[in-house]
Amino acid sequence: MSESLPVLKPTDFASDQDVRWCPGCGDYSILAQMKKMLPELGLPPEKIVFVSGIGCSSRFPYYMNTYGMHSIHGRAPAVATGLRVSRPDLKVFVITGDGDALSIGGNHFLHLVRRNVDVTLVLFNNRIYGLTKGQYSPTSPEGQVTKSTPMGSVDHPLNPIMVAMAAGATFIARSVDSQVKHLASILYRAAQHRGTSVVEVYQNCNVFNDGAWDYAKDRATREDTTLELEHGKPMIFGKNRDKGIRLNGLQPEVVDLSSGIAQDDLLFHDEQADSTLVHLLARMRHPEFPEPIGVFRAVQRPIFEEQVRGQIEAARQRSGPGDLNKLFHAGETWEVQ
Amino acid sequence: MSANSSSAAPSKEVAEVSEVTVRLAGDSGDGMQLLGTQLTNTSALLGNDVATFPDFPAEIRAPRGTRAGVSGFQVQFAAHEVHTPGDTLDALVAMNPAALITNYKDLRPGGLLIVDEDSFTDKDLKLANLDENPLESEWIKEYRLVKVPITRLTREAVADLGLSVKESDRCRNFFAMGLIYWLYGRSMEPTLRFIRAKFGKMPQVQEANERALRAGWAFGETTELLNTSYRVASAHLPPGTYRNMMGNQAMAWGLMTAARLSGKDLFYGSYPITPASDILHELSRYKNFGVYTFQAEDEIAAVCAAIGAAYGGAMAVTTSSGPGIALKAEAMGLAVMLELPLLVIDVQRGGPSTGLPTKTEQADLLQVLFGRNGEAPLPVLAARSPADCFDTAIEAWRIATQFMVPVVILSDGYIANGSEPWRIPNVEDLPPIPIVHPVAPEDGSRFLPYARDENLARPWAIPGTPALMHRVGGLEKEDGTGNVSYDAMNHQKMVRIRAQKVANVAKVIPPQEVMGPDSGELLVVSWGGTYGTCYTAVRQMQMAGRSVAHCHLRHLNPFPSNLGDILSAYDRVLVPELNCGQLRLLLRGNFLVDAIGFNKVQGRPFTVSELTDKISELTSPARAGAKVAS
Repeated sequence: MSESLPVLKPTDFASDQDVRWCPGCGDYSILAQMKKMLPELGLPPEKIVFVSGIGCSSRFPYYMNTYGMHSIHGRAPAVATGLRVSRPDLKVFVITGDGDALSIGGNHFLHLVRRNVDVTLVLFNNRIYGLTKGQYSPTSPEGQVTKSTPMGSVDHPLNPIMVAMAAGATFIARSVDSQVKHLASILYRAAQHRGTSVVEVYQNCNVFNDGAWDYAKDRATREDTTLELEHGKPMIFGKNRDKGIRLNGLQPEVVDLSSGIAQDDLLFHDEQADSTLVHLLARMRHPEFPEPIGVFRAVQRPIFEEQVRGQIEAARQRSGPGDLNKLFHAGETWEVQ
Repeated sequence: MSANSSSAAPSKEVAEVSEVTVRLAGDSGDGMQLLGTQLTNTSALLGNDVATFPDFPAEIRAPRGTRAGVSGFQVQFAAHEVHTPGDTLDALVAMNPAALITNYKDLRPGGLLIVDEDSFTDKDLKLANLDENPLESEWIKEYRLVKVPITRLTREAVADLGLSVKESDRCRNFFAMGLIYWLYGRSMEPTLRFIRAKFGKMPQVQEANERALRAGWAFGETTELLNTSYRVASAHLPPGTYRNMMGNQAMAWGLMTAARLSGKDLFYGSYPITPASDILHELSRYKNFGVYTFQAEDEIAAVCAAIGAAYGGAMAVTTSSGPGIALKAEAMGLAVMLELPLLVIDVQRGGPSTGLPTKTEQADLLQVLFGRNGEAPLPVLAARSPADCFDTAIEAWRIATQFMVPVVILSDGYIANGSEPWRIPNVEDLPPIPIVHPVAPEDGSRFLPYARDENLARPWAIPGTPALMHRVGGLEKEDGTGNVSYDAMNHQKMVRIRAQKVANVAKVIPPQEVMGPDSGELLVVSWGGTYGTCYTAVRQMQMAGRSVAHCHLRHLNPFPSNLGDILSAYDRVLVPELNCGQLRLLLRGNFLVDAIGFNKVQGRPFTVSELTDKISELTSPARAGAKVAS
């Protein structure tokens, strides 16, 4: 196409539509970081498509000056799959939420991930149904009192990271809406990944579930309650970087580095490790553990649509481009004079 | 016919007949469908017109020998045009007691009944839930019973090949086929070619099947049980090259042709479901034609992936049967809202719910017309016969792209699995389907994704096109810009635009035709797979001097613009349907015509006689000298 791309700014990716999320919603931050990150991909806006389902997060495409589709509840992964198979030249993002991706669209989420379709899926996890005004979601903790659970939820929550891993995800990451630099860098890495990249974002719904992630967002505590994963580095956290994660048998444990434990005794992060490490990290939950943020896993596996198109190519190489007249006359035919 | 004079040296009497209806019935593991397909293809190659009706259980292998496991294949071959697989049977082949007991009632009195007498042991009778041997019953004397030791003769024919008993018995169907071929003067050559192609890698099996086929033929020639064989001359079909086509195959080829005519790759999202899956199987073989088949995780993903592909600019298709269409309903509404071209194919089966998966019905008409939330109209077309699926697929895609709208094609189990001769078109002679994707306006003016052309279609701008970035979605659109709008008057306007757009399709579809007089006592109005039966019944009654005409609808939404005038030109309107009166409801509602229903929901097609009886009842007997419609 064009020889040199004009340098784009975040504002080039803003559509002319008024953003209509509640004031103070965590979605604003994710939108801002996305716009900030996109110019770094070096793609013209017409090559980018945002596909979403239903929910607060799914209004996202309307606010982007790219191509976009606000589809139906839970089905964005399926729409994105069809789009990528027919148009592998496009960069496709799926914007979804905890209800959209893990309840009504759980099946499509699994199959997108297992096929390893080359899309970047950003899951806004606010642990609540916002657009329907405050019912519990599949990531709400047990006991959560909501409009539909006045005596507390009895549903055991799903862990998005573990669901993604169970389906064989090749890229899994987690970030927090208010940690803007971290979020932008994770979005960038996810967008660069070849294959399905799943990014869970802790997102605050300040109207129906305010404070759900305060422990991970609060400047005063977040260094003690989260663990920033870095590939090849020991797992150290804490305001004074004096705590670490060590493996005790098959269980992780928090250890105090000031008590003479060496860094080499700690667990080292490996983005290419097998799924065991991902599960172990995903199970680390507040308050027993700091919750890991960053890239849990980044590996390579064949991409669905490339294989699909590869078969088309192979068939053409073998049989030539299809000739309908030849096909119609193949096999048993007869003449009527 | 000289084609088979070399193989048939009739030492017996040969009778010339103009049409024959045969049903082959046996256990679902007995290869009856294969046998029927071979008989059909062979008959078509001889120049007969043919129509078929496969009928098989939903279970893959129901318990052997039981009534539930009976699989049948009916074929009519004729020296004239036929539109149905025939009402009553001239001959029935029953491979076991269960097949006999569940099928004999369709055999005409005096009809030929061929049974494998080796399959009527006490054990076989018990499996078929019979206390007495039907071969010794009173009622069987009504038929011309020919007891053939098919199992024993087949085993003898293959005896020295070293096959197990079980393997030998698998050749029984070819023995039966050989006998039928002798009986109706069919050439064995096409089936011998088939056997060589299919079993070439297993020489023993190939040899066994060939021997069984020839043994069946030889048995017919030598047995004293059969003194007459029959000949059916070629039919006078329009000149051309023909092949035998099944409905699902014709649909698949029609889709591929539509893709070619519009210069598009074909994206086909589907989830396996009876009786639609064969379209997926067929299309998945033609990757070199640019056919992308996507077997989705469920029906909803299948249609949503198709919508994604349509947004990207592909020819997008999804297929299912009634239960799957129910699941796709929300996404079909999205496609209505997005105004993207999409084909949704419903190969109907008996419902509701899981219903009768392998049986036919026409009860999804109202579902596809109205089974969505909100005002969500879309065009609906119905194929009328197996080969017609080809033309219907092409026309549907033409409408979808011209009007930027999802289009539903209705097929059904009867035409999907049925077959008939298809006159092969030359692809270059088919009119192209022009598609224009807009590019950025040169004057830099603002692109309006929901601007309208003369048909009210919006532009199909596809991602990747510079300066046309726009967002689509399920929320109501502002006229022109496509931005989200909750404005009251805008909503009403958009609902009406979407409806008018679909109504505009009536401007491009051909006017409705009627077979028979343009006025009179009775008009028979039908749609979909009942075409052949209704046509045949009306023809017969016209020949009998009745004042009756036939109007068969391909376009169910919108209706052809002259339909109202046609309906009002007859004293009465009869609407035969394999449902409880769905088209009838529409005709009454749209045209205030007091249409009479004739409805059957048995999972089986109408017979011609059911319809001729009804037409007789509703018309006056021919007077002497009355004009007979030609």
